[in-house]
Amino acid sequence: MNSSALDFAIKYGFLILLGGLALFFSLYASGFASPRSAVFVLQSVAITGILALGVTCTLVVGGFDLSIGSVATSALMLSAYTMVILEQSAFVAVALCLLMGALVGLVNGLLIVKMRVPDLLATLGMMFLLIGLQRIPTQGNSIATGMSLEDGSVAEGTFSAAFLWLGRHRFDLFLDRLMPVPVVVFLLIAVLIWLFLGYTRHGRLMYAIGSNERAAGLVGTNVHRYKVVAYMISGMLASVGGILLAARLGRGDIASGNNLLLDSVAAALIGFAVLGAARPNAFGTAAGALFVGILLQGLTMMNAPYYMQDFVKGAVLVAALVFTFYLSSRRGGRRTA
Amino acid sequence: MQNVTCKLRGLEKSFGQNHVLKGIDLDLRSGEVTALMGANGAGKSTLVKVLCGYHFADAGEIELGGKPFSPADAADAISKGVVTVHQSIDDGVIPDLDVATNLTLDRLTEPGVGLFVNDRKLRNQARKVAESMGLTMDVRMRVADLDVADRQMIAIARAMARSPKLLILDEPTSSLSSTEAERLFELIDRLRGEGVAILYISHRMSDIRRVADRIISMRDGAISGVFETEPLDYVGAVNAMLGHQMTEVDIDPVQGGETVLRLDKLRLFADSRDINFEAREGEVVAFTGLLGSGKTRLAEVIYGLAEPAGGHLDLDGKSYRPTDSGDAVSKGVFMSPKDRSINAVVPDFDIANNMTVPFLGAFSSLSFLNDKKQRTAARDMIEKIGVVCQSDGDAIDTLSGGNQQKVMIGRWLLKASRVLLLDEPFQGVDIGARRDIGRYIRQTAKGRTTLVFVAEIDEALEIADRIVVLNEAAIAGEYINQNVDLNSLVADVSGPGERLALAG
Repeated sequence: MNSSALDFAIKYGFLILLGGLALFFSLYASGFASPRSAVFVLQSVAITGILALGVTCTLVVGGFDLSIGSVATSALMLSAYTMVILEQSAFVAVALCLLMGALVGLVNGLLIVKMRVPDLLATLGMMFLLIGLQRIPTQGNSIATGMSLEDGSVAEGTFSAAFLWLGRHRFDLFLDRLMPVPVVVFLLIAVLIWLFLGYTRHGRLMYAIGSNERAAGLVGTNVHRYKVVAYMISGMLASVGGILLAARLGRGDIASGNNLLLDSVAAALIGFAVLGAARPNAFGTAAGALFVGILLQGLTMMNAPYYMQDFVKGAVLVAALVFTFYLSSRRGGRRTA
Repeated sequence: MQNVTCKLRGLEKSFGQNHVLKGIDLDLRSGEVTALMGANGAGKSTLVKVLCGYHFADAGEIELGGKPFSPADAADAISKGVVTVHQSIDDGVIPDLDVATNLTLDRLTEPGVGLFVNDRKLRNQARKVAESMGLTMDVRMRVADLDVADRQMIAIARAMARSPKLLILDEPTSSLSSTEAERLFELIDRLRGEGVAILYISHRMSDIRRVADRIISMRDGAISGVFETEPLDYVGAVNAMLGHQMTEVDIDPVQGGETVLRLDKLRLFADSRDINFEAREGEVVAFTGLLGSGKTRLAEVIYGLAEPAGGHLDLDGKSYRPTDSGDAVSKGVFMSPKDRSINAVVPDFDIANNMTVPFLGAFSSLSFLNDKKQRTAARDMIEKIGVVCQSDGDAIDTLSGGNQQKVMIGRWLLKASRVLLLDEPFQGVDIGARRDIGRYIRQTAKGRTTLVFVAEIDEALEIADRIVVLNEAAIAGEYINQNVDLNSLVADVSGPGERLALAG
């Protein structure tokens, strides 16, 4: 392969594959090429996509956040607890969840920059802590209206309509009741993070930190503050994901959200391969999430069994990583010793 | 004539359209130190990388000890007897392991080594290696706790344990003080006596004078001069490398205006003496001294990276005590740090972003970056300071060391400063780029005070109006850069510094 073809393949290969995949399923899976199906794909990736955008921010500063999945499930439980047991409004629930996400991010960030705990370990520890913590208030039970409480009374609160709106309302777009709120939120956050990372000076400095932390510090960048902010963004986006999940489910289901961490990390890493960026980026992350969504939706419509899903996701991830790390390194004509 | 250990014929290498080696013919003989000189980008590093198995040559032949030599990778090159000590010391050692393991590390990769590591045997082997090299440290020490020179010695000692035919030293003294370097030179003398062929790459004339038996000059990917008759023609070698006559830099020392930065009874370390010093507007002051003389510490204190042990600083008559680098920058105190690849270069960024990274605020409105503004400013600076590149969008790692350094210095000249600190601005920079940088620093010196921290006296003489000698974190001497008495200056650099302790 000559070098310009290789360059082209690295840059557009993944997007062409994405298009090809969509085309393939449109032809062979009946009903795939419809607005409803497209929205369904978006809906299936909206929550993982939001989490993935958060993890992208931590990847940009050279970190990693393993706690996002557990932050999301904690937000799910917290919102249910606030409304069902404490009988508070949707607004209070959402505010508390966002606060919790920001706080977890802050603690993660401080553990990493002040206590000098390596990022993977700090966020792994936080993940365990949260998985345990979210079960303590309800003795490990899921939360739903009518459940009996420790003191013998019955939980009287309900998920308010305003809260459920977040997960279930659909805006009219071309068709009646087409666009679900989570998809709108996902797209909105994707655009915001894309602008923030790619086009603001803060984003540029975060990339500088990820590329050479010392150099970034020595030109006067407050490295610690940016890193902490990255983890706080990650925590808050994870709790947004959790809120939307709770609003869709309508109950505080202790078992949901198991796959969130792996799926969203996968989307962010697949994103490295998009447009040959070879680094974390918001557009790539969104495209990566979409890629997985289209693949799974298409396969499901072609009657592939559900238990193949994780295998397919894993295969896509490995392929994307090869794309990123092997092909891009060959482009420079370098050989590893 | 000695035996030819390594013979290169018609060696060629290209990266894309960039023809880096254009047919190299070279004989390296046993028991001889061949110094290789060349400006950055001349192809020295590529030649080394071909020899040590990191790159394949596109054309040409290499013979080692009479047999064709084409290493499959770095390990293969080592096992066949070509051993390289790279410029960056920490590439050569593993800081978290002890000296013994570091000295014997490559034995662990040999085929046929057992599964379990026998620590005692390893240590005995290591002790033997250490002794044969004249190393005295305890082999159980962690390498991270050793100083730079010792680490370098360990990298070389391990290389020598393989009894190589050809030893390549790539700028081995770039982070050594002169006493440490002397230890290295003694080692080289001994290895020469043992019949090793040595290829010695350096920018430092003093090193080359000390060790070279012959000099090869490279220029634009080809050999431009071979000098092997006594006495060696050093000036000729430099000319062959630069392609033009090396001219003395003529400096007309500037007096300087008002005091910009005042160091008042400043103590760098708890047990060091006071430093009293005034840096004036418009002048360039060079601080020189050995490794460990406090140069870098002084720069760090002024830039807010370290706390002084005592005394205080004034900036434009007002008390100045920066809390961190961001604070220093906001007060108009800029610093270009030493070791650019570790401390300055952002490898993922292109030239324009590398240059503008300290001042992104000035290139954005409402936090949104103005790409055009960034690129215009970068292009302007590229032009002024003379960066050789295709465009401002080139990836920074496509540039040679000298051009990278121009970008790193240019970064701090985009905005006006009150105090500009340049720590080892000529590190790993060829003479051509060094002159460009020096000239531009002097051209722009008005309106600020410029403090340059250099270990090489030549570099100080090339750039400064005033030269201040540091010794043991105190001022040991001060000179106006005109007819400087070099003997006295060198004495201050190396001496105990008592004589002129009060002169500052």
